[in-house]
Amino acid sequence: MNLSVKLPGLNLKNPVMPASGCFAFGKEFAQFYDLSKLGAVIMKAATKEQRFGNGTPRVAETASGMLNAIGLQNPGVESIISDEIPFLKNHHLPIIANVAGSTVEEYVEVAERISSYVDAIELNISCPNVKEGGVQFGTDPALAKEVIRHVVDVSVVPVYVKLSPNVTDIVEMALAAEEAGASGLSMINTLTGMRIDPKTRRPVIANGTGGLSGAAIKPISIRMIHQVYQAVTIPIIGMGGIETAEDVLEYLLAGASAVAIGSANFKNPFICKEVIEELPRTLSRYGFSSVEQAIGGAHDEEVETSLLRS
Amino acid sequence: MKNECMTILKHEKVARDTHLLVLEGNLVHDIMDPGQFVHIRIDGFYLRRPVSIADYDPAKETMTLIYKVMGDGTKALTNRRVGEQLDVLGPGGQGFPTSQIHADHALIIGGGIGVPPLYSTAKKLKENGVAVTSILGFRSREDAFLLDEFRALGEVHVTTEDGSLGRSGRVTDALPCVKKDYQHYLSCGPTVMLKAVADHLPDKEGYLSMEERMGCGIGACFACVVESKDEKGYKRICCDGPVFKAEEVVLS
Ligand SMILES: Cc1cc2nc3c(=O)[nH]c(=O)nc-3n(C[C@H](O)[C@H](O)[C@H](O)COP(=O)(O)OP(=O)(O)OC[C@H]3O[C@@H](n4cnc5c(N)ncnc54)[C@H](O)[C@@H]3O)c2cc1C
Ligand SMILES: Cc1cc2nc3c(=O)[nH]c(=O)nc-3n(C[C@H](O)[C@H](O)[C@H](O)COP(=O)(O)O)c2cc1C
Ligand code: FES
Repeated sequence: MNLSVKLPGLNLKNPVMPASGCFAFGKEFAQFYDLSKLGAVIMKAATKEQRFGNGTPRVAETASGMLNAIGLQNPGVESIISDEIPFLKNHHLPIIANVAGSTVEEYVEVAERISSYVDAIELNISCPNVKEGGVQFGTDPALAKEVIRHVVDVSVVPVYVKLSPNVTDIVEMALAAEEAGASGLSMINTLTGMRIDPKTRRPVIANGTGGLSGAAIKPISIRMIHQVYQAVTIPIIGMGGIETAEDVLEYLLAGASAVAIGSANFKNPFICKEVIEELPRTLSRYGFSSVEQAIGGAHDEEVETSLLRS
Repeated sequence: MKNECMTILKHEKVARDTHLLVLEGNLVHDIMDPGQFVHIRIDGFYLRRPVSIADYDPAKETMTLIYKVMGDGTKALTNRRVGEQLDVLGPGGQGFPTSQIHADHALIIGGGIGVPPLYSTAKKLKENGVAVTSILGFRSREDAFLLDEFRALGEVHVTTEDGSLGRSGRVTDALPCVKKDYQHYLSCGPTVMLKAVADHLPDKEGYLSMEERMGCGIGACFACVVESKDEKGYKRICCDGPVFKAEEVVLS
């Protein structure tokens, strides 16, 4: 079974990678399995300076998912380059840097600094948990275009733009990213949500709102990727609620060329490895002989995929 | 750290809403210090639940957990029966460094469901020749557990908030009853209690076990941070803790 996928800047031996913020910089998971099994790794967000993030509690459980408001805590781009990337490089797998910031200047500085150490950039214009920057760039197509253009200009590697689902028209945002020079899209980031504790009558999460992730958001992400796939020509890295190889296939069929697994790593630290191992069987069960064959399969009514619907 | 399906050998109620769970598995060999915790997956719940290791026996490959029903997850856990398997991730974090405490006398201070990890801590200290005095605080008589076990290890002072058992009041109210020759105290309980304890004992060397809501439980998500006084400015409770030196962390 051929699991490999070739995307701008990324030669993936399989289409599965851990999602940003759910895998830190890999060290913690390296005690469970050999990271070189992964298709790639997406690092925790990098900002220019170290960030301490939000108050606690930062997470809350929900039905089939969780809310988080970590607030982009990270050691800053210089420390990531000197202390974190060398460890990942030892594992010989493509590295994607998640770049965040409060201003266009910060995004540009971080991207400029980190791009030569990684294989691609995932431009995070969709973090719902910080007061400045983040999602404001991800909900306004004009602002998005501006920051993407500048980052694409300074980056020496392809830029994937991570889209926020907290918008009315996801296709409009995807087209804006494509027009501004993005090499690919990554979707979706978390959906803004809230839980209230009846005992205190206050939100459970210190930040008030948090980003919803996990199985609960998968149908939304699948729908958005299905819509965007028809509108753009750049590849999509899909994510949101993936827990099984069947979920991966669903994403491929919707139009994703690769996928990322986030919160499920907290439930099962082996999830990425297990899904990768299960993927060949799942693909062949549904009549596919490669990952490439399944990409966009839900849009292609003429080919044999329709035979499998019975 | 391992992820293992451990077998339930014993599961019984030991106090009001409080249950004791004995699990068997290989993971027990990885326990380094008392005060480490395990992260338990409960069917139907998205996040794992952190529970301290109350006691462990590598020879028998068993460990004991004591948990209180606080919400839906721990309530669902009570339905698990002897002979069934439980998905356990651990042991996690840094426990009480009992092997580094070279003293004649140490003080244990536990509040409510913070008492369990202090049991194996007290046992280890005693094994190492350290005399142990324990102050154990509960809300009420019905909430108290492990008293006989602690008494077998040394002097015990019990406090209850309603006065139904032992001294009426909080753990700090029992401090004057304890001979002052100890240099170390080891404490676990609600953060307000830890703060009160640390404020009462500024000239002693203290170790505090802290709690925070967790995502991953292995150091990767930054959900469980507490402010620290070092250059880095934060600690992750799940891997840098849950046990910290009292002067390392900012209690609020
Ligand atoms: C290091 C550590 C050790 C612990 N050891 C013990 C122990 O030995 N015995 C014991 O009874 N309890 C212990 N706790 C607390 C225990 O984890 C919570 O009581 C439990 O998670 C509550 O789950 P629930 O589903 O019943 O409650 P819910 O309120 O329904 O839980 C909702 C969410 O909040 C989290 N949560 C709620 N309260 C706490 C809390 N106090 N700390 C961390 N997360 C919380 C849950 O894990 C879950 O993700 C420990 C906590 C930590 C951090
Ligand atoms: C604890 C946590 C931290 C996250 N941090 C980041 C981040 O730093 N940058 C980012 O682009 N996305 C971040 N995300 C979003 C995930 O990368 C992913 O897009 C989202 O969680 C959906 O995938 P999932 O349902 O598999 O978790 C975070 C998610 C979680 C749960
Ligand atoms: S719970 Fe994830 S870092 Fe501590």
